Amino acid sequence: MSLFLIIALPFLGALLPGLMIQAGRQSCFIVTFLVTASAAIGLATHAPAVLAGEVVTARLEWLPQLGLNVNLFLDPLGLMFAGLILGIGLLIIVYARFYLSRDDDMGEFYSYLLLFQGAMVGIVMSDNVLMLLVFWELTSLSSFLLIGYWKHLPEGRQGARMALTVTGLGGLAMIGGMLLLGQIVGSYDLTVILENRELIQASPLYAPALILILLGCFTKSAQFPFHFWLPHAMAAPTPVSAYLHSATMVKAGLFLMARMWPVLSGTDLWVITVSSVGLITMVLGALIAIFKDDLKALLAFSTVSHLGLITFLLGTGTAFGAMAAVFHIINHATFKAALFMIAGIVDHAAHTRDIKRLGGLRRLMPISFAIATIAALSMAGIPLLNGFLSKEMMLDLALDTTLFGSPYLVAGVATLGALLSAAYSFRFIAHTFLGKERSDYPAKPHDPGVGLWIAPALLIIPVVVIGVAPFLVEPFIKAVTQAVIGTAAELPEEHIKVWHGWVPAFGMSMIAVFGGLLVLAMFRPLAMLWEATPRPEAKTMFDSVIRGAVSASRVLAERLHNNSFSRYAAFFVVTVVAVGAHAWFTGANAAATRQMLPISPVGFAGWLMVMLATGFLVALHRNRLAVLILMGIIGVMVSIGFNYFSAPDLALTQISVEVVTIVLLLLALNFMPNSTPKESSVLRRARDIVLSVAGGMAAAGLIYSVMMSDFPIESISEYHLANSYKGGGGTNVVNVILVDFRGFDTFGEIIVLGIAALVIYALTEALLSGPVRARLLNRGYEEARAGDAHPLMMVVLTRVLMPVVLMVGVYIFLRGHNEPGGGFIAGLIVAIAVVMQYMASGFIWADNRQRYPYHGIIGAGVLCAGLTGIGAWFAGAPFLTSAFGYFRIPPLEEFELATAMGFDLGVFLAVVGAVMLSLESFSRLGRRAGIEDSDYAMDIDPSRDETANGMEN
Amino acid sequence: MELLVATAVGALTAAGIYMILRLRTFPVIIGTSLISYAVNIFLFASGRLMLDAPPILREGVEIYTDPLPQALVLTAIVISFGMTAVVVMMAVGSYLSAGDDMVNEPADLAEVQHAASAKRGGGQA
Repeated sequence: MSLFLIIALPFLGALLPGLMIQAGRQSCFIVTFLVTASAAIGLATHAPAVLAGEVVTARLEWLPQLGLNVNLFLDPLGLMFAGLILGIGLLIIVYARFYLSRDDDMGEFYSYLLLFQGAMVGIVMSDNVLMLLVFWELTSLSSFLLIGYWKHLPEGRQGARMALTVTGLGGLAMIGGMLLLGQIVGSYDLTVILENRELIQASPLYAPALILILLGCFTKSAQFPFHFWLPHAMAAPTPVSAYLHSATMVKAGLFLMARMWPVLSGTDLWVITVSSVGLITMVLGALIAIFKDDLKALLAFSTVSHLGLITFLLGTGTAFGAMAAVFHIINHATFKAALFMIAGIVDHAAHTRDIKRLGGLRRLMPISFAIATIAALSMAGIPLLNGFLSKEMMLDLALDTTLFGSPYLVAGVATLGALLSAAYSFRFIAHTFLGKERSDYPAKPHDPGVGLWIAPALLIIPVVVIGVAPFLVEPFIKAVTQAVIGTAAELPEEHIKVWHGWVPAFGMSMIAVFGGLLVLAMFRPLAMLWEATPRPEAKTMFDSVIRGAVSASRVLAERLHNNSFSRYAAFFVVTVVAVGAHAWFTGANAAATRQMLPISPVGFAGWLMVMLATGFLVALHRNRLAVLILMGIIGVMVSIGFNYFSAPDLALTQISVEVVTIVLLLLALNFMPNSTPKESSVLRRARDIVLSVAGGMAAAGLIYSVMMSDFPIESISEYHLANSYKGGGGTNVVNVILVDFRGFDTFGEIIVLGIAALVIYALTEALLSGPVRARLLNRGYEEARAGDAHPLMMVVLTRVLMPVVLMVGVYIFLRGHNEPGGGFIAGLIVAIAVVMQYMASGFIWADNRQRYPYHGIIGAGVLCAGLTGIGAWFAGAPFLTSAFGYFRIPPLEEFELATAMGFDLGVFLAVVGAVMLSLESFSRLGRRAGIEDSDYAMDIDPSRDETANGMEN
Repeated sequence: MELLVATAVGALTAAGIYMILRLRTFPVIIGTSLISYAVNIFLFASGRLMLDAPPILREGVEIYTDPLPQALVLTAIVISFGMTAVVVMMAVGSYLSAGDDMVNEPADLAEVQHAASAKRGGGQA
């Protein structure tokens, strides 16, 4: 099975549980199980090859320019982790089937679980660090969903938020670290990075990269001082805790440290940071765990402690340490998952996880007792169980490790950690299952059905088998270790054995075990002492940091956002002008390289008109009608200017848009006051004048210097000019650019235009269905209305003009490819022709004669353009590739047909539809307001009166 | 001619900014339209000015003006119509439902009223 499929299966499968829950919980469970099982089988098919030393890869280019490719590989390390993720995942799915109550949405749960599973498998198989980061963030997100699965519990929500904040921040740091690594090596491929140990460690960026990556790993794997999120994540349902905190989520940080081991480890910085953080976490986690009364909290801190242990092993930077780490990852996953499940079973049966209310469950729950005892003894490091083996390797290593100049420090601390670890393991058994049977359990405890205990029971098998016969797994462990250390170190020759003889490590183990028993015996006084010691409470600290951040950003936001649009606009102007001024005064302005065109009288006249109209517009801006007239003058002058400077297409577009814009603004003015009151203070106006003059001077200066210099780099326009006819079959280069070279842009633009029109339509509908409707119906007019709204002359004229204008529209459209014109302009002209009918003959009359809804026309336009683009696929060319040819039908001259025409037709329809829908929406507002009520085109119509009279006769 | 185009762009921008800083919706819309003119001319002019050289290919003609800014500005003109229409609709809607056409939320309104009452007080004195 392809590696792609193994990763894709959980992601695709995540859709299924949500759907299958409709068919019942059992089918939902079966589907989820099958999804994970098929991924696991797919993984298993690769196992023989991988263990034989082959590296399975799958590669796919995604964004090669960024170095982001979907490259996957599977080596023994990836195989071990993927196996743990999918294998324990299967057990968790079974366990959750019986754990979740009828009130819990099982479909949702399994969907999240599969998402998480896919993200985890993605991490361990990525051969591209950017891909790895994507999956890394996905695990943070999906674990957030899982931890907060019980949305009704505040602890669940808070725990989920805390986990997301801490691991998310770590993830951010790691992105930085990974990018630095990529920068050093020049590739984002993990396999390439792993081959460049010397290069990376010699780089000055090594230290920052290492620290950033370690921040990511430490937060994910709950290392001191980031360990506090993990116990709070215990608010999740127990299957989640068992999954996330035994085999997966928290192991991701360890995985990454192991993966990066060949290039990052071995330096002093690595050894000191990683091994001391690991040791501190190990001892601190174990110490807190002893005194926790909640079973899951005890296990949570014990997980923190064991993660610290593995971190320490990796931190020593020795090959033996790497081997011990690999071994302990497997061992910890097995016994810890089982213990979490047992905690869930106890909770289920006794309705409490509080150790103080438990005890004496040995007889009541014999199966659970047996499983729990084996798992916990393994955790304590008792011989013949797997935990003993890896713990003894750890102690052995600690003896050889010198930290801060002292050869005994590490050994002492490690023994202390092992002792505390033994103590909480013993307490887990003794205070839950041993002791006197009680009569005050919240519920009568009993062993659960096989569905709940089968999963932990299966996990106990490797605990015992590995513990008794470690040689069975030794080849596998060695293969994984080889994958971890790569070529950076020699594979250790030591064998994993149950009995090593009377070595010092065995003595330390015994000290730990007996010390643990001693702690258990003296538990009561010790607990009182613990209660009396002041301890920092992580959650309050975390909460106050978050609260501080929230209130700081709120203050900042409120300072900047006082709901004054004018203020934002002013800020914007000031910022842009200031940045521009900075660039202007600090940069070198190139000397003018172009000759100025001589000023012609016509040009000067046009310029004068624009300047005068602009000046008057500002001076008279309180009179809104005058503003529109002056705007019209500016628009016409701009259009003439375009024509003057060799842009006929722009001139045509500008003048037709000008018409519809003015019509639109006139319609709007119908509903708004026709003058602007004088209300800003003199000071404010002075400020605005300063701002606007500064902005205007900036724009003028910039464009002047642009126009007076040549292109600093060669423009791509030459290409368009050269290929317009050859490649696009048209001589109007602007049109060919629109429908061919940059057809994708145009396609997007007509869609935007269509959306804008639909927004206007929706706004109108919303207004008309609200209280505004009544207000519109009841409003009066301050001024007298024209008596003859639809004069006969105008009606007749527009009707005569209609076919002529339509013909012009068709002409402009058809010639567009070779002469000025095209879909945009033709669309605007046709829209104007239709608008004229509305204006002259009235809304109802025109609307009754309009057969096609404008939404439909917009849709048809977008569809037409889109289908033309898709048509290229059938010719085996990419979307929107155009083709053209020359044809001759006998009586006509030779003419050209281009597929671009279909596209331009789409543009045409979309423009007509969008313009008309916008204007029609305004008219509908007007109709509601009672401006327009007549069914007839003309208010005074002699012919109509005659017929009426005739009928009366 | 470049000087004239540049000053026209400057004047339109300045007028646009001034109008955008007014306190009612209608002038703000007019301001954005003026700035659209300025921006469109600006983009067009970035292809440098040329007389009598439209980008329509002809036999024997070698010199054409830059077609690319023209194509970009053409769609920009149409899109700015769409944008203006949406904003106008929002302005009309807010005027009809709120009863006034102020652009600022009450925080700034208070300031305006304060200024207005100060002026009235000044008039009485």
